[in-house]
Amino acid sequence: MAGFYAAGVRGNLARTFELTNTQLFRRAPLPRSYTDFLGRKLFLFLLTVQGLGAFALITLGVILKKSGVAKNVIRPRIRQEIARAGVALLPMFSFVALALGFLVIGQTVSVLAKVGAISYLGSTMVIVVVRELGPLLTAVLVLARVGTANVIELGTARALGEVEALEALGIDPVHYLIVPRVIGMALGIFSLTVYLIIGALASGYLFAFLQDVPMTPGDYFKQITESLGWLDFALLALKTIAFGFFIAVVTCYHGLAQPLRLEDVSRVAVRAVTQGVIVCVLIDALFIVLYLVA
Amino acid sequence: MRGVNVTAMRDASFLVVEDVNWSVAAGEFWVVGGQEHSGKSDLLMLAAGLMPPGSGSCKLFGGDPGSFGEAEPTERRRVGLVFQGGQLFSQLTVAENIALPLRYHKNLTATDAAAEVKSLLDLMELAPLADVTPANVAANWRQRAALARALILKPEILLLDDPLAGLGARHRQWWLRFLDQLARGHGQPGGQPVTIVVTVDDLHPWKSERRKFALLHEKKFAALGSWNQVETSDHSGVKELLAVHLETTI
Repeated sequence: MAGFYAAGVRGNLARTFELTNTQLFRRAPLPRSYTDFLGRKLFLFLLTVQGLGAFALITLGVILKKSGVAKNVIRPRIRQEIARAGVALLPMFSFVALALGFLVIGQTVSVLAKVGAISYLGSTMVIVVVRELGPLLTAVLVLARVGTANVIELGTARALGEVEALEALGIDPVHYLIVPRVIGMALGIFSLTVYLIIGALASGYLFAFLQDVPMTPGDYFKQITESLGWLDFALLALKTIAFGFFIAVVTCYHGLAQPLRLEDVSRVAVRAVTQGVIVCVLIDALFIVLYLVA
Repeated sequence: MRGVNVTAMRDASFLVVEDVNWSVAAGEFWVVGGQEHSGKSDLLMLAAGLMPPGSGSCKLFGGDPGSFGEAEPTERRRVGLVFQGGQLFSQLTVAENIALPLRYHKNLTATDAAAEVKSLLDLMELAPLADVTPANVAANWRQRAALARALILKPEILLLDDPLAGLGARHRQWWLRFLDQLARGHGQPGGQPVTIVVTVDDLHPWKSERRKFALLHEKKFAALGSWNQVETSDHSGVKELLAVHLETTI
């Protein structure tokens, strides 16, 4: 039996199934004692972490192993996903950049100017916008807009037997359905974060300027560029790509890796978004530690 | 298949057919009859290598169908599977559905695959529906599109799960005629005779001396032989299947 699953197109998903029998566990009767309840929750959490970890490793393996396979099919799908998780969201992110500039930067600049601490502007902006708000806000918005769609699309495909149809045609579902979404979302979140940061910094100065803050554009951007180090650029890239990768993995895992019925799809979508937010916060915390260490 | 126990696709702990001993030679046309939930689809999925046997040994082209795919990708392309209802990809048009396996396995662009797709669309009378998504196509035509998708890789073995289910009379006739042509090597580009296995819940439309029949009944598999042997069989499952047809005809 193990040998049967070990190779072949189906192997990727099958290995995940073996690790993720959480559905059965969830449907078991509720335990009576509080400690049993807590134990069950903990066990479910560990099973989910194990399943997600396995799915992430399988996806990474397929990305590396099949980078040259069916390029004429996979590359257009990656472009589609970049458009969906990046280009299509530009209007929304323009609005968010304006709002972020007004709500955070404009007010911060104004307050710093009033207390005479305008020289801290650059470092404040870099910490608030470049390191924290920009990447995290982008990740959460993409999770809400594209991640939810991922779960619903894949969950429906799974429930309607389209995944079995792919396997019957010898097409690896992880390669065809997951890899484009993971790459598209990673690149989409990276690009949108850069766009959001630039837009927010520019609109922030605009609002500060409208409040008569005594600062030239040159001084403003000089302070920001002086506060930015190579580490900020490197960690920003790593962080946003990690956000994209893990959001895609979480949403695809819930949509594809678990046996689903149509009525399960909406419930699973909610769970995927919740777990996606938790994963983003955990990654963010990890990068804060990295910043502190570095 | 030797001593194969078939489990349910959705629940591997549930045994649906026991101790299947069955071999299909190249060029044969097998019709496997059985009532609903008798395990027909599961048997077909197992034969296609989509799930492992509960126990026993299943060989296809002399190899383990479970290893088809990455280990033996060309072997996978020698088997075509048509699901009941088609199971087309809902995000793709009919033409894209048909082109996908060819494009994926041969790394072709949509333009490169267009000629082959068009010939199959014409053969299946699907050309007017080429740019329509499956949700907007009637079930009769979805089933044909699924057949076209399975045939685009020119399989040597074609497995069909209840292909006549829910089809209109004209379409049923088309399917019976077309599968006969395929079995003789006239139906698909390339002209190779195709080994065919269909699962059905009504044996009558398949009545022919050229076909071989088998039965799934009460978790048992029985190879019956020709149509004559079906008609003269004392097997209670055969009688039940034939009686169902009489009732629906009356």
